[in-house]
Formats: sequence, structure tokens, C-alpha cells
Amino acid sequence: MRLINRHPGRSRLLLVLLPFALLLMAYFGGSATRLAENPNDKLLPSATQMVAAVDRLAFTADKRSGDYLFWQDTGASLTRLGLGIGIAAVAGLCLGIAAGTLPLFGAPLSPLLTVLSMVPPLAILPILFIAFGLGELAKVMLIVIGITPMLARDLEQQARQIPAELLIKAQTLGASTWTLILRVVLPQLLPRLLIALRLVLGSAWLFLIAAEAIASTDGLGYRIFLVRRYMAMDVILPYVAWITLLAWLTDLGLRQLTRLAFPWYEGAKA
Amino acid sequence: MSDKQPGATPPAARGAGAFLQVKNVWQEYGDQVVIERLNLKVAEGEFCTLVGASGCGKSTFLRLLLGQERPSRGEILLDGAPLPGEPDASRGIVFQRYTVFPHLSVLDNVALGLELPRSPLLGRLFGSAKRQAREQAAEMLKKVGLGHALDKYATQLSGGMQQRLAIAQALVMKPRMLLLDEPFGALDPGIRKDMHALLLELWRETQLTVFMVTHDLSEGFSLGTRLLVFDKVRLDPHAPNAYGARVTYDIPLNVDRRAVRAAVDALPAHIGAGLPSAL
Repeated sequence: MRLINRHPGRSRLLLVLLPFALLLMAYFGGSATRLAENPNDKLLPSATQMVAAVDRLAFTADKRSGDYLFWQDTGASLTRLGLGIGIAAVAGLCLGIAAGTLPLFGAPLSPLLTVLSMVPPLAILPILFIAFGLGELAKVMLIVIGITPMLARDLEQQARQIPAELLIKAQTLGASTWTLILRVVLPQLLPRLLIALRLVLGSAWLFLIAAEAIASTDGLGYRIFLVRRYMAMDVILPYVAWITLLAWLTDLGLRQLTRLAFPWYEGAKA
Repeated sequence: MSDKQPGATPPAARGAGAFLQVKNVWQEYGDQVVIERLNLKVAEGEFCTLVGASGCGKSTFLRLLLGQERPSRGEILLDGAPLPGEPDASRGIVFQRYTVFPHLSVLDNVALGLELPRSPLLGRLFGSAKRQAREQAAEMLKKVGLGHALDKYATQLSGGMQQRLAIAQALVMKPRMLLLDEPFGALDPGIRKDMHALLLELWRETQLTVFMVTHDLSEGFSLGTRLLVFDKVRLDPHAPNAYGARVTYDIPLNVDRRAVRAAVDALPAHIGAGLPSAL
């Protein structure tokens, strides 16, 4: 049978888990070998070492401040990320609808968004620090500036793809421009906004960690770059795994939300 | 009318009063002339079917009537006043595709038209006003045979059911005229027949003026009270776009239905008002 016609049957779960298992095996195999040669090796810490590090950071109060650093870092990072994504979503939605639905707004906005989305956000990070100081605002703004143009351009495209027939129909049903946007365009774009958010989530985390690494006193990115000085891989690796888990959970949450809040969306694509 | 006008007297000439007047309308896109020197008078309550080859300006004419486009030259008068230059609630439309809102239930698809004009700020009604709008919408949906599917999403309906929904959407607005752009073109023949019966029944009941573009000649003949054939009178083989189309044949049809309509109109208002629904 040709390869293209062979499908995973009952073995699907096995195939899903296989690469993860291989990765872990390779890592812990390497770790064991290195630690056997040199018990003080820091590059590939063992599971026990990582558990100890997590226990120290997450379940033991910090001696100096009395805080649980791991949770404090998580809280700080998620707050920044949430604020950044929230502001970007609202801004992207407004810009996208304006540019994609109203030709008079689209004419000046559309080329501007294209150009703005080409500006590498990290290159203007210094400008943000100069303009907004080293506080929370600059970090949130980096996320907002980084992902808003992407969201706005995507939603503009999606708004353009709403069939003209529907917009004309709404007008024959007595809609003004405003109520047409409110009752026809916006509800059709919301599920697409959630999908766009899932796509820019990776970028959002990138900008967050970059901002935290450069100027911060807490946060997941800050901690990773702090302990780098001591080559504390036993902290860095669990943090990276934790960030990955958080990102994956957010993605899953957004996907479920799309399904639950917009049950019509799957059917409408056909 | 045009040079090729056959013997039949156009209905407007029989003193029926011009509900819609098309005066010397041209529609050009750059060098391409689509419609030229179109003159037409249509009485209220006519069922006009528009036929002709592809690219002969039938759909363009419908877009002009809808207000989606404005004529390059000439004017279209509705009751003596110029037709509004953008789509509005006075003209209902049913397209061939993308006719229903996918994000709304069947009921809300129709109720939307009752909510939008009454709520300029939010576009939606609340409380008893909302309930009333939904009741009215449900009644209209029962009339088009969708009473059983009120809570489904519009996209869960079959093609024929979606067109029924689109007709209900248009009719609930009580428009001055109903414009149909090949509404049944994508349906299979059995369903199309059901739709014809439904459309005729609704037309009798509402006394609407209907314009229907169709590729199906038999459909054009069986449904309409007036068949308008769009064709190019002049043709330059070296410049096929140089001349536009106009109405070359204007054929009165289904005289019996037209006579019934005229008889009802002739009755004194207090008797005639209750009649059409009984027909």
C-alpha cells in the first residue's frame, strides 16, 4: 500500500507520544552520562536537581523577600501578557474593521498598517524604554506594538472576505454603517480574532520575554536571564517547560472558546 | 421602447400609472457600455422577469434598481422621485449565494430586519420589543415553510431552505419592490418548482412589484406577468463592448393573473383591502 494511503488507526496516541518520549529519553540519557563523569556538571541537570530547583522557587518562601518567586514571576508575566494581548486585540479589531469595511478609512490605513507591520518591534524597544520609562508600560507596549499590526492586517483581510452580498442585504434590512458593523461585521470577525490571537501568541511571548530580559525585576523572562549568570540550567529548563505549558494551555483555551462561543463558525466556513 | 418592439402594448401605456420609470439610462464602465438608452415604465404590482444572454446587463439593471450602482446617464424614478442611490429598506433583495447571515439563527436572520431600523444605536431590541419582533419574524417564517427550523443556524439549512429564509428576510421589511438575482439558479429542479409556487403565492398575497433575473426561460415565462428580454441592438464585431444592451422584447404574460390583480385594484378600498390574501 502506498504511504499516502496509510492512516494511523489505534496507534495514533502512541505515535503522538513517541517523539516526546524520544526527546526526554535522549535528554535524560545524556544527562546521566555527563553526571556520571562529573557530578558537578551544570549543563544537563537531572530530574532530581530540577525538582529541587522548582521546590526551592515555587514552594519555599524566598529568604530575602519572603515571596514565592516562581508564582510571583508567573503572575507578573501573565499580567503583562494579558494586558498586552487584550489591548492589541481591541486595537487590532478596531483598525481591522475600519480598514476592511470602510473604503474611506481603508485607503489611508491599509498601506500604513503594511509598513508598520514591517518595523521589527525589538528594534524599537530602546525607543519604548526612552518614551515610556523602564516600568510596566514599556513592556506591555512592546507586546501591543509587536502584535497589533499583525492582528489588524489579518482582520482587515477577513473583513474584506465577508461577501458584499451580506453587507448589501444588511442595508436593505435597514442597517446604518454603525449597526451594520455592530450586528454583521463584528460578530463574524470575533471568531476570526480568536484564531488570529492563537497565531500571534508565540510572538507575544517572544516580545514579553525580550522586554523582561532587558529591564525588569520580576517575571519568567527576567528569572531565566538572571540565573543564566550562574548557568543554573536546573532553573532555566523547568521555566522554559512552564512557559511552553502556559502557551499551550492558552492556545487550547482559545480554541475551546471559539468552539463554545461561536458554534456557527465551523458550519459557516463550508 | 426599442426599434424591435413587437406588437404587444406595454402595460404602462394602458394607463396603469408609472410606479417605476426608467428614463434614458446608460451604464458604462470605462470603455465598456453595458446598458444604453434604456427606457421603461413599470406599474405597481407587476412581476417582471428579466432574461437575456450572459453579460447583457440584466444583473447590472438589477443593481441599478437596488442602488448598488448609479447609472452613468439618465435617471430612475420611483413614484416620481429619484431612486435612493444606495441600498435601503424600500427594496428587498435575494441573491443567488451568500444570502443569509451565518452567525444568526433562522429566527434572528429575519428578526434582524425588524430590529435594525428601530434601534439606531445598538441595532438590537430588548424585552417586549424583542419578543414582538421575534413573534412577527416567526409568523413570516411559517409562511415560507420554515416554522420548524427557527432555532437552527442559517448555514445548517439546505440551499432551497436558505433561499426561503432570504425571501422571508426581504418580505418582513415590507419593501416597495422585491429584486431577485437568479435566486433559484443553484437549486435542483424539484425544489425550484416548490420555490416557484411559494413565490407566486407570496406575490399574490403582498401585491409586491417583483423584478427577477433568470437564466431559465421557462421560469421567466411561467412566473412573470411581463417578460423583459435584454439584448444588444447594435453590435460592432471589432469592438464588442462599444454598444450596450436594452430591452428588445417586452412581452405581457399570464394575462389571467394580471386581470385578477386589476379587478382587485378596481374594487373600492374597503372591500379590496381584505381580498388579496383570499386569492
